[in-house]
Amino acid sequence: MDGQPNPSRLRWLCRRGMLELDAWLARFLDVRYSQLPADQQTAFARLLDQDDMALFDWFTGEQEPPAEFRVVVDEIRTTRYPR
Amino acid sequence: MIPKRTFDAVIIGGGGAGLRAALQLSQANLKVALLSKVFPTRSHTVSAQGGITAALANVSEDNWHWHMYDTVKGSDYLGDQDAIEFMCRNALPAVYELEHMGLPFSRLDNGKIYQRPFGGQSKNYGGEQAIRTCAAADRTGHALLHTLYQRNIAARTQFFDEFFALDLVRDEEGYVLGVVALEIETGEPCLFESRATLLATGGACRIFRHSTNAHINTGDGLGMVLRAGLPLEDMEFWQFHPTGIPEVGSLISEGVRGEGGYLVNKDGEKFMKRYAPNALDLASRDVVARSIAQEIRAGRGCGEHGDYVHLKIEHLGAEKIKARLPGIRELSMQFAGADPITDPIPVTPTAHYMMGGIPSNMHGQVVAPVRTGPEEAVPGLYAVGECACVSVHGANRLGGNSLLDLVVFGRAAGQHMIEYLRENPFPRTLPEEQVDKALARLARWEKSKGSETVAGLRVEMQKIMQDHCGVYRTEALLKEGLELLDKVEARLPDAALSDQSKMFNTARLEALELENLTGHRPGYPGFRPGPHGKPRRPYPGRPSQAGRRPVAAPYPVFQGKRHPGLQAGAAEAADGGDLPAEGEDLLMMNPDRIVSIRVPPFVKPPSGDEGGQGGFFHAPVWQLLSNPPQPPFTKGGRTVRVQS
Repeated sequence: MDGQPNPSRLRWLCRRGMLELDAWLARFLDVRYSQLPADQQTAFARLLDQDDMALFDWFTGEQEPPAEFRVVVDEIRTTRYPR
Repeated sequence: MIPKRTFDAVIIGGGGAGLRAALQLSQANLKVALLSKVFPTRSHTVSAQGGITAALANVSEDNWHWHMYDTVKGSDYLGDQDAIEFMCRNALPAVYELEHMGLPFSRLDNGKIYQRPFGGQSKNYGGEQAIRTCAAADRTGHALLHTLYQRNIAARTQFFDEFFALDLVRDEEGYVLGVVALEIETGEPCLFESRATLLATGGACRIFRHSTNAHINTGDGLGMVLRAGLPLEDMEFWQFHPTGIPEVGSLISEGVRGEGGYLVNKDGEKFMKRYAPNALDLASRDVVARSIAQEIRAGRGCGEHGDYVHLKIEHLGAEKIKARLPGIRELSMQFAGADPITDPIPVTPTAHYMMGGIPSNMHGQVVAPVRTGPEEAVPGLYAVGECACVSVHGANRLGGNSLLDLVVFGRAAGQHMIEYLRENPFPRTLPEEQVDKALARLARWEKSKGSETVAGLRVEMQKIMQDHCGVYRTEALLKEGLELLDKVEARLPDAALSDQSKMFNTARLEALELENLTGHRPGYPGFRPGPHGKPRRPYPGRPSQAGRRPVAAPYPVFQGKRHPGLQAGAAEAADGGDLPAEGEDLLMMNPDRIVSIRVPPFVKPPSGDEGGQGGFFHAPVWQLLSNPPQPPFTKGGRTVRVQS
């Protein structure tokens, strides 16, 4: 995916095969995504092209993500809905 | 007229079932389209981590008869035993076939496929634990999806990713001639014409507030089938996991209680001692789920709304938790905001699997009382996977049997479709008005105005389903739930879309998904009970009155052995007039089976109900054990050969 992705398209790409991924990605998109710099937004769009199991391992901390996704994965792991 | 594409067969759904069926057809050089609302390898099949059950006997002595016995017993004797036999026998070739396709199974030292033990598996008809589930590490579903996807690419299946199927096109004679779909990217509808259509759209557990299912599991195929005027079957059978994180639904496995975790209510009481004095927190799934549900109903739940209980493991100590339960700790911190080293994990019974669905036979053909017979095939329509009810899972699915269901019946359906296409070589005339109907439904949302929101209505519906049709059910509760659901559905026409654009309009998709979800909830006018009940194969000791396959019912209806009236007369059961009065009889839906307890509410299960046999007291287990079926089985006068 090149350039700035359509936000609606991003939301649909956050629909995954695993519930936890849905929860992580939707939460991030709702709360944090719009505040990020453009390069991290692009990294997020690229992250969505990755495989479900890879995402799961990265988000649970089971495995270290590749350098290009490190910042955005960290954001996803630490984002919470405001109380 | 909208753009039209023509194929021999159209598959709706890109999970394991859809991919397996598509592969069969593509390999036969048929022109196959596979529609999927998300990219196929992001289907929910990915979440099936445990494995696929087949009696390969690589680790322990085994026999598909034993697998069949376990599945029949696990289904609470409500599964279709012919279909179960078909599945368990074909499990062996199905798994070897996957191996040959390149599925990277884990291996034993001798090079054979690795197998692991799962709950509900026995040797020798209820004997010691069998080791039967074939696994590719802890990502069997993922490996299966990728293997099948790649094979489909090689076989030139045409993929239509991010296409949302709207409605089936069915002509006056009942033939299904294709599907109207929405291209998500452009927002434009298009028509897929085909002589055979297969639904592999997955389950609908998102109908509940707490669900372990991904957000895509909105039962789209079920909505389409109902709108096409066909019934659903066994929709009262939902499998619940006792411990999921509330709202999010993320599953907290039994392993936590196995390590010494225990449940407490809001008063800090270890309530399991009241329900299962011996097994305590290690009681079987159904007992634990029921106990939690009862605590919550009695007002002893934790939190602002009192809708969950606490699972405590602090006493294990930080070191042990970090070493033994790192994944659980991570999920709890991520989604419950609780670090189990210091805080309890909130848990509640969570919808996990839908046993009911589109009534189909073991060839994947959708069957319904279309003309004169009780189970006639709907020409040109097939269903496979969680959306289908071949009834191999009866009232409860065993772990490892869902992936098996996908590949065995996916293959069988593909095979039958090849035959069907050969016998029906010519296209029939498409009824334009059917296409227009689907388009009108779409247009309605485009012009929608009103004060209601889709998300708001969905949350309300999910809450009603959870509270009224969840683990704990009584007649009064169900009736109340239905009335509330009717009210929610009546407000649906007042729901407006927040976004009226065309391209990638997720708001519109969510509205269409909500329509599919509300469509198949109990009580929908389209939810007509078919009088189809087919006699299941008798086995030694089987009570004669229990000779019927469960049927579609207007709302969740008890189908257990203690109600011979309901068992014997499918039609009466469907009328729903035979439900026992409240107080006299407590109806409960539980993860493992349906239980009827004949005493007032809030009782502890009868003695002996807290181990592995939880809640099973009404089923004729002892009869089977004292008189186990011995191979070779006879079936309709002919002997079924045992595969050696």
